[in-house]
Amino acid sequence: MRLPGFFGVHASPSPRMRWVLALAPFVLLVAVYLTASHFRLEDNPDDKILPSVGQMVDAVDRLAFTRDERSGEFVMLHDTLSSLQRLAIGIGLSAVVGLLLGMNMALFPGMGITLIAMVTFISIIPPLAILPIIFISFGVDELAKVMLIFLGTFPLITRDIYGSVKAMPQEQLTKALTLGARELQLVYRVVLPQVMPRLIETVRLSLGGGWLFLIAAEAIASIDGLGYRIFLVRRYLAMDVIIPYVLWITFLGFFMDWSLRQILQRRYRWYRS
Amino acid sequence: MSAANDKSTAPRLHIENVYKRYGGRTVLDNIDLSVTKGELCIVVGPSGCGKSTLLRIVVGQEQASAGDVMIDGEPVALPDASRGIVYQKYSLYPHLTALENVLLGKMLEYPFYRRRSAVEAHRDEAMELLKRARIAEHADKYPNELSGGMQQRVAIAQTLIKRPRIVLMDEPFGALDAGVREDMQVLLLELWEAYGMTVFFVTHDLEEAVYLGTRVLVLSQYYTDDRGPAAGPARGAKIVADHALPRRAMPTVAKSAPEFTELVMQIRHEGFDPAYLRHVRDFNLEHPDAFQTLTPEEDGRATRPDSSAPSPTGSASLAPFPSGSDSSTPSPPGRNASSPSPPGRDPSPPSPPGRGLG
Ligand SMILES: Nc1ncnc2c1ncn2[C@@H]1O[C@H](COP(=O)(O)OP(=O)(O)O)[C@@H](O)[C@H]1O
Repeated sequence: MRLPGFFGVHASPSPRMRWVLALAPFVLLVAVYLTASHFRLEDNPDDKILPSVGQMVDAVDRLAFTRDERSGEFVMLHDTLSSLQRLAIGIGLSAVVGLLLGMNMALFPGMGITLIAMVTFISIIPPLAILPIIFISFGVDELAKVMLIFLGTFPLITRDIYGSVKAMPQEQLTKALTLGARELQLVYRVVLPQVMPRLIETVRLSLGGGWLFLIAAEAIASIDGLGYRIFLVRRYLAMDVIIPYVLWITFLGFFMDWSLRQILQRRYRWYRS
Repeated sequence: MSAANDKSTAPRLHIENVYKRYGGRTVLDNIDLSVTKGELCIVVGPSGCGKSTLLRIVVGQEQASAGDVMIDGEPVALPDASRGIVYQKYSLYPHLTALENVLLGKMLEYPFYRRRSAVEAHRDEAMELLKRARIAEHADKYPNELSGGMQQRVAIAQTLIKRPRIVLMDEPFGALDAGVREDMQVLLLELWEAYGMTVFFVTHDLEEAVYLGTRVLVLSQYYTDDRGPAAGPARGAKIVADHALPRRAMPTVAKSAPEFTELVMQIRHEGFDPAYLRHVRDFNLEHPDAFQTLTPEEDGRATRPDSSAPSPTGSASLAPFPSGSDSSTPSPPGRNASSPSPPGRDPSPPSPPGRGLG
């Protein structure tokens, strides 16, 4: 029996069909945009809301491949490096703290009982709601931005690691002790290597939140960064800059996710989530 | 030194007056048990009677509500390298290959920055164990790439590298297919002989118990005592029978022998029949190491020593298994002592061939 190519629960599209189907919405979106942009610009060549591809290429050329007259830097590169640095420090800190806290809380009941309610409490506070507090406490420089990312992501990483270590069979811990492990060895030589892939998974999921907090912080108080630029040029309705920047951020996000997935597959062959 | 002297005469495993209660419910009720070095001691009993609980108490994963557990005369509580364990699953670490799993016990003796030299020093030993367990060709596979039987082979090797004084096994072959299970039983007997292991093995499979064991303990909640029927949930499982079995060399045929099936039937009767209730004074504790410390509530007559004559054992109609030199009569009354017996009792080892572990 031949299964249908598209319709019904038994649909089994051919490999080529899969590509066509997956690309179709993108093609459609681009086509709708180009058409709309074309008609608007025909109406009014100075319209800024839906710039043409040519206008966007010009903007990228100006920001990415030409040195800025005042600072002498490549603006887009500079923005990208500033933003990535904040994101890396914030998420990196979250990952380290979340891993150590989550693991120790799960293994040492004294620590778990002391901290789990607090961590849960912090994880429920909307980080953007305490943005003013963060700016007041940590100033408006790098530290505040990193802290926002950190506070926004570490509780979830902690809780996730806590949960997955708690879910490890008690047998594994007893077994390690019968193999002569001391308590700290249990944590750092038996449990830690086992939760590493899990940490990579939750960092992958936390990156979305990380970007959100990064751009929010940059939009409000910053002198550079991808979020800063987008909100700066918004005043001039410079969609020819905003759209390429958004695409660039999306690409960066995708690339990070892909890299982490590669690490997971290459280094943690035994891990199946 | 007296401690050293104690150690040489003390039984390998000694459990006395051990209780385990969960809330108001007693699971293990005044368990007394002594296991000699070299014994392959099997615990059977109805599902839920507390076999695994007893084993978890011996390894230290759970603590007894009361009573003592001693290894070579020294009290033990939390898990340590004196007792190795093989579980039905979760014995292996998923992030380590078979070889690394076996090496782990040695690696933990080294600081992490000396891992390389640890591997060099113990690789051959680990490979030798994997060879003995006939799994060496899969040394570089991860557990999720191995079948259940292969995983258990690795798990046994992993335990043996620490040379524990006693190896605890919790239904290790319970999840395996019949054929694989039989191979594993043969393997265990081989390793037991080769390494002179002392094994404490929990199973619900009576054929497995009689096939493997030099000693079969029956743990059961089906018995009576002088506390009367009102005791209810305050009464938990006891060792109701304790059989000494002659060690036959690799007895694949014996499974069909009449003595074999007879003993299986007898044990099923003693431990698994809710209608067959023996009094605590009349348990079939024929093994020379068996002992029993009853409380006055359990044995009302214990306070008056004169009247402790053995009562006729009503339904002991099944012929007991001929068990070597030891007589097959029910336990002599003298063994049902109401005072705790000291741990340093005379050991009468079944003396398996081969090198000793400890
Ligand atoms: N942590 C626990 N809390 C309450 N009851 C328990 C717990 N662990 C075991 N039990 C009870 O103890 C009894 C004995 O369990 P177990 O030792 O697993 O039996 P077996 O191994 O003989 O099948 C069971 O009835 C079980 O319900």
